[in-house]
Amino acid sequence: MSTVIEASAIDFERQREVAAALRAFMPESSVMFEREDVQPYECDGLSAYRQIPMVVALAESEAQVQRILKVCHEKRVPVVARGAGTGLSGGALPLGNGVLLSLAKLMRILEIDTEARTARVQPGVRNLAISEAAAPYGLYYAPDPSSQIACTIGGNVAENSGGVHCLKYGLTVHNILKLRAVTIEGELLEIGSDGLDAAGYDVLAVMTGSEGMLAVITEVTVKLLPKPECAQVVMAAFDDVEKAGSAVANIIAAGIIPAGLEMMDQAATVAVEHFVHAGYPTDVAGILLCESDGTQEEVAEEVRRVEALMEHSGATLIRVSQTDSERLKFWAGRKAAFPAVGRISPDYYCMDGTIPRKRLAEVLRRIAELERKYGLRCANVFHAGDGNLHPLILYDANEPGELERTEAFGGEILELSIKVGGTITGEHGVGIEKVNHMCVQFRTAELELFHAVKRAFDEYGLLNPGKAVPTLHRCAEFGRKHVHVGQERFPDLPRF
Amino acid sequence: MSFVSFVVNAFYLNQKPVQHTVDQFAQVIRKARARKQPLRIRGGGTKDFYGGELTGDVLDTKTYSGIVEYEPTELVITARAGTPIAEIEAAMRERGQMLGFEPPHFGDSSTLGGCIAAGLSGPRRPHAGSARDLVLGVRMLDGKGSDLRFGGQVMKNVAGYDVSRLMVGSMGTLGMLLEVSMKALPIPASETTLCRENSPGEAIELMNDFAGKPLPITATCYVENRLYIRLSGAEPAVRAALGKLGGEEVRDGRAFWKQVRDHQLDFFRADQVLWRISLKSTSPPLPLPGTQLLEWNGALRWLDSDAEASVIRDAATRLGGHATLFRARNKSAGVFHPLGPALLKLHRRLKGTFDPDGILNRGRMYSEF
Repeated sequence: MSTVIEASAIDFERQREVAAALRAFMPESSVMFEREDVQPYECDGLSAYRQIPMVVALAESEAQVQRILKVCHEKRVPVVARGAGTGLSGGALPLGNGVLLSLAKLMRILEIDTEARTARVQPGVRNLAISEAAAPYGLYYAPDPSSQIACTIGGNVAENSGGVHCLKYGLTVHNILKLRAVTIEGELLEIGSDGLDAAGYDVLAVMTGSEGMLAVITEVTVKLLPKPECAQVVMAAFDDVEKAGSAVANIIAAGIIPAGLEMMDQAATVAVEHFVHAGYPTDVAGILLCESDGTQEEVAEEVRRVEALMEHSGATLIRVSQTDSERLKFWAGRKAAFPAVGRISPDYYCMDGTIPRKRLAEVLRRIAELERKYGLRCANVFHAGDGNLHPLILYDANEPGELERTEAFGGEILELSIKVGGTITGEHGVGIEKVNHMCVQFRTAELELFHAVKRAFDEYGLLNPGKAVPTLHRCAEFGRKHVHVGQERFPDLPRF
Repeated sequence: MSFVSFVVNAFYLNQKPVQHTVDQFAQVIRKARARKQPLRIRGGGTKDFYGGELTGDVLDTKTYSGIVEYEPTELVITARAGTPIAEIEAAMRERGQMLGFEPPHFGDSSTLGGCIAAGLSGPRRPHAGSARDLVLGVRMLDGKGSDLRFGGQVMKNVAGYDVSRLMVGSMGTLGMLLEVSMKALPIPASETTLCRENSPGEAIELMNDFAGKPLPITATCYVENRLYIRLSGAEPAVRAALGKLGGEEVRDGRAFWKQVRDHQLDFFRADQVLWRISLKSTSPPLPLPGTQLLEWNGALRWLDSDAEASVIRDAATRLGGHATLFRARNKSAGVFHPLGPALLKLHRRLKGTFDPDGILNRGRMYSEF
């Protein structure tokens, strides 16, 4: 078994010792432990979980990362790496007995090779900053998670982030070539190559989406793609989500891989329309947005076919963006879905299952039943092309018991995703949030193998312990408590 | 209206040799492990020439064959490892789909398992993704005979480490593949190939220049002073690009790309020493003796050369890549590019994790394991 160190109160003697060891080679201001200095790091985008870290270290170079990890390895101090902290699954939740290693200062774009169409960047570079820097050359970085203004490329690699265009252009794992990463022992690994593959095992794939459990990324070489000549979006409304689902299947069956294919149910559509006035009809069961990109000829042809397929599938209203500003207006609605829902509810909880598309109608019906069971509303946003469903459960954390009911509701959605042949997380990661449900998705043999893979990189289990892969002990506990879901989940985690 | 779905059970499609159960394969592995007897996992045997030494009793995967599930509207196909690639491609073609990485066939009996274990991809790779890019999930037996499932049948899945993709290209050293789920892609509505004469330097520059523009290019190859470019997509888009790029249209482009894919061009000969060099696409023509064929916008160079292995490997390393001794009688220089100490240590540990007694395809990848 790997060693899992649970969150705990801070041991001040240990804190001073670790901070002093780091300050031996780092500026004083880069090693923090006073409560007001470390409080900003107490949570990531999943703010329901909070923990004050023992020490925060702000690395300024790869060499510093190596020395920090060496010190932590020697002293057996657990380490949680963090980029911008926008993650939604608590992957960067700190440990009370650990170092929170921030890579946010490593924010330089080291090289843009316009001929080879690659960018070499430090892990703290923001996702969108890469595309902005590449734009003058007609190039961009394809994965575009909705947090792309703020989230960092290092975090994207750790979570294997997607975005609305990943059906056609792939996830992070499809768009990176090379990593430099430091093991907990302080050893530098060069993973991947400047070519399209590398010698040996595909360590690049294992590192991508490993949630900071295997090594700390210090440099990423990404692929850049030529910006499509043009893009157009078809918006279609349906009086029945099942028909919208059929439209998606019909588009795929016709051999079309749209650049983006998004669905919103009525609750999401109404919330968005009142917020940004994107021009969506609000009296429908759901809407689809289907984007085509490519050359003028490709787009004209594809849009014509998509329109016909939408009509054939029973769309009650179809609109095609005529200008780029209209296209952006249609997308503005989808992109504002989360904040729009945030406007109509004090809090919301975003789920992230992926399901086979053909089970969509059934899953949405079941979610509607769960809304009644738990007395909570839920708006559904769906990356329809790749089956990634984001139910947004609306709740009020100030109402006693609502967060717990919300988590139980979410837990049932996760299990439903597994039951229909899908997965508990499509792009947000397991983190701390879904770690118990890994026990439902995987069997003992697979979980044991995951632990063994971790040990191959990190013998003492010091990198981000307790996240992503549950211990078998934890699974046994979860199994026992499972019958009383919603009463006492994650009792070992502090709440503030 | 309901979703269009289509499930094929290979049993009804054609008759198969007697099939074995997962349990039977697991028992073979467990017994071999108890006796420390090495096993050599083998499908159609079309890639026996590829990789390091062949040791151990043959564990034949052809007796675990058939398409398990194919749902064109979900863009996913799942098949058993012993299924011939040709059978999978035929079933997909019927539904207007294909394996986007254009897997090489080094014989009619190439199987899915061998294709994924070797991890090789064909001409479409830089544009549609590699074998590894398109794998969504695997079911496998590790060196202890444990039946394991990773990934799944959905496009996006970040639960657990990506063991499915780790299996791709691992040459059977980490486990025996049982089932593989892959993303399916639509066959383009139209395709054409154009050809122009260029020097090697010009060709490299052109390929990279074109790759940086929004053009519907899906393959490039430079051989014998001629640059071949394949265009795919909607008919009007292909026509328009043809006008922009210039060059003459090749009459039977499809046959040409199949020859590139399967190493049937005159450039490839059974008795040659063939190197596969993967490097930065903009690297200048390699100053090495012998003849070269370029693919993947310049990122893949096939070199027919008797030069010293160390000279070739140094050149590849300098250009950010690696060199594989793809086809040769004498493999004493090692088939795969040597790993640095930190990576080698990690490889040993990973091998030990999946196959603690080192019985699976021993020495097929690196002599160290």
